[in-house]
Amino acid sequence: MKRFVYADNAATTPVSREVIDAMTPVFESQWGNPSSLHSKGREAKKLLDDARERIAKVFSCNVQEIYFTSCGSESDNWAIKGAVSRLSKKGRNHIVTSAVEHPAVLNTCRELEKQGYPVTYVGVDSDGVVKMDELEAAITDKTAVVAVMFANNEVGTIQPIEEIGRLAHAKGALMFTDAVQAIGNIDIDLSKLPVDMLALSGHKIHAPKGIGMLYVKKGVVIDSLINGGGQEKRKRAGTENLPYIVGLAKALEVAKEKLPELERVEKMRDRLIEALLRVPYSKLNGHRTKRLPGNVNVGFEFIEGESMLLWLDIAGICASTGSACSSASLEASHVLLAMGVPHEKAHGSVRLSISHETTEEDIDYIIETLPPIIEKLRNMSPLWEDVVKANKV
Amino acid sequence: MQYSEKVMDHFMNPRNVGEIENADGVGTVGNAKCGDIMKIYLKIDNDVITDCKFKTFGCGAAIATSSMATELIKGRTVEEALSLTNSAVVEALEGLPAVKVHCSVLAEEAVKSALADYYTKIGRPIDFEVESDEHEDDH
Repeated sequence: MKRFVYADNAATTPVSREVIDAMTPVFESQWGNPSSLHSKGREAKKLLDDARERIAKVFSCNVQEIYFTSCGSESDNWAIKGAVSRLSKKGRNHIVTSAVEHPAVLNTCRELEKQGYPVTYVGVDSDGVVKMDELEAAITDKTAVVAVMFANNEVGTIQPIEEIGRLAHAKGALMFTDAVQAIGNIDIDLSKLPVDMLALSGHKIHAPKGIGMLYVKKGVVIDSLINGGGQEKRKRAGTENLPYIVGLAKALEVAKEKLPELERVEKMRDRLIEALLRVPYSKLNGHRTKRLPGNVNVGFEFIEGESMLLWLDIAGICASTGSACSSASLEASHVLLAMGVPHEKAHGSVRLSISHETTEEDIDYIIETLPPIIEKLRNMSPLWEDVVKANKV
Repeated sequence: MQYSEKVMDHFMNPRNVGEIENADGVGTVGNAKCGDIMKIYLKIDNDVITDCKFKTFGCGAAIATSSMATELIKGRTVEEALSLTNSAVVEALEGLPAVKVHCSVLAEEAVKSALADYYTKIGRPIDFEVESDEHEDDH
């Protein structure tokens, strides 16, 4: 039988049994509207409060600092738009962000730029780490918010968020971090982190798609994105998605419990990286150590990523690529380009994102399967032909 | 994005992959920046394409269109090969996703580029349009 190896956990994760079991009674019997005064509503309200309390415990924050949203993108949009909208009235209308943000942040910034808010996109080094001197110089007394992701979704590089937060605060700006990829991979203690807002999404940690969260530190006031009823302390309207909120709380608790397992994931990651780097003309994308425990991103020269993905898929392995040809926009990964990877090399990158569900046998199978695919594609590549003719192999 | 069965067949079992020593015509189109390069080799006898090989750097569609283009011109006359259009390649592959149609254009251009090389080698004036090696088009 053909093996099936899911190595695209940075894209999405399966909903876990624990989460399904936590959500099922909410669908089946505790379906009330938390805003209703009757018993069915009160039952729902209790579940909502309970979920919020459990999440506050996971992050060592206050229940009043947790706002449920529909997804990571909504949280990103709200944090940035809400902050500049609020703070521009006080003379702060500038945004500082990084060149390697998720499109949910980058395109939000581009949209705000069109509306007249100045934005500075800070560059990164070849490992994908934000250039701190550039960042420090970019933050001024007009900066409303500094938006830098906790960890990168493509190359897994972890940013020095504490340091960035301190730089933002030194100039009186708010610090926002998109932690969608970091959640479940890094222990985040919001009582200690100099961060005013933090966005996360459920479906990267085995909760369903369609649930997100924004943490907004007590005392920080941002304008609303979604107006309507008085839910979420009048800050985010819309009847609460209670089953998914309960699912998110469960997923966050489980993710925190499983943090010690990441050591094993990291070992598998390193074994996979080592094996793939034995392929000639290959290079690791992203930082070698300041890296998400499940992220492997390797570039293979002279071949194109979509072909690699198709062959991997045929072999039962789900992965992802930074190649232009695999994206609807036909543009190579903005992350790899910002790191100084040339277009032709960005096309040959593959991302394998593993999790605690990945087994050593899965890693063996990837190590067995991928190098012959690369060889097969190189053997039909005119670029490889040139390398062979120049006797460089 | 979904490829047709025919595209997947040509991607998985590409026809005519390789090189031809002392080819009568060689054409390379595309560039690595865009993510596709196609190189086509022709063996031509009495204006008939007796053999045809290709090498391609690119996505599934780029490999499949190269493979199909070589199939369509093998055994044909130079004149017939010159009339190969990208839409004929798409049709033979039972369709391509819209974002991948440019790959079929590249395949047509690769054939024309190899034929132009043949014309140059035998001293025949090139009376058709040829794309240059390094084109930076809309892709």
